[in-house]
Amino acid sequence: MYTHGDRWLDHDAGPVVRPYALTGGRTRPSGESIDLIAMVSAMRGLSPDPMGLEPEHIQVLRMCRLPVSVADLAADLDLPLGVVRILLADMRERGLVMIHQPVPTRLSDPRILREVADGLRRLL
Amino acid sequence: MAYAGSYRDGGPAARDAYPAAMPVTVKILIAGGFGAGKTTLVSSVSEIRPLRTEESLSEPGAVVDLTDGVERKTTTTVAMDFGRITVRDDLVIYLFGTPGQKRFWFMWDELALGALGAVVMADTRRLADCFPSVDYFERNRTPFIVAVNCFDGAQRYHPDTVRTALDLTDDVPVVLCDARSRASCRDVLVALVENALQLLTGSASYVTPAR
Repeated sequence: MYTHGDRWLDHDAGPVVRPYALTGGRTRPSGESIDLIAMVSAMRGLSPDPMGLEPEHIQVLRMCRLPVSVADLAADLDLPLGVVRILLADMRERGLVMIHQPVPTRLSDPRILREVADGLRRLL
Repeated sequence: MAYAGSYRDGGPAARDAYPAAMPVTVKILIAGGFGAGKTTLVSSVSEIRPLRTEESLSEPGAVVDLTDGVERKTTTTVAMDFGRITVRDDLVIYLFGTPGQKRFWFMWDELALGALGAVVMADTRRLADCFPSVDYFERNRTPFIVAVNCFDGAQRYHPDTVRTALDLTDDVPVVLCDARSRASCRDVLVALVENALQLLTGSASYVTPAR
């Protein structure tokens, strides 16, 4: 049974503890929401002070020297999406990365959908 | 990586880091009941990877369902299938295979937001399993098609029979497919994109999602 002090030590809490320790226990990112397929790119010309950066921050910076999607980052880091979003929101606030939100398809140029269909036919 | 060359060279503005060509990204959801072939489809057309998401359980029903005996745990880990198809350096399709049960709808709200559309995988032996997915996309006004995965040994039905059984409107395509076949899955995706395109350009009855 759970008592007040030890509930997070229970093994059922398992994977919840470690990833959210990274985020200081927060479960929601700050600022504008971050789509699953938003593209993340590192600010160029930065020489980020390693002080105050978690290894994960540095890893993210390395991974998004070229634009990479939030979903790709989460899969590559093997971290839950929620955690990656909080990391990215923090990094955005500190001016380390830019996050480019996707255009919702219903607002896109129909030409893009034609290119998607043509691309699928050609590729697969 | 596919994005090589998408950065401008350095120079005075380099710190601004605006890439010259940020890839356009679209997402497609692959939904349907357990075992209907979602994972198979995603792996037939793309390099598949697991993607973990931890979500808070805010609905009382979900807590009962998922955390029996762990009342204080308010998040749960849900795994999705995640695939990427790089059409061009500057155009990338993302596929997300999502659990179909109603209790995962909280994930879909976010996934469906801005999505190109959804493929609902159906297994005619357990057709009812895809009802929640069909329901969801109808209500959410997300373009979707139903892909009937033709399992070996399962009785074949005409798409119209499936349409009637699912009570689908005429603008929802029903296609037969073999989720193991790359070409067949490609045809499913192309049919979805064509349908989304038609809704985007043609029909006045297509109502823009409110969210």
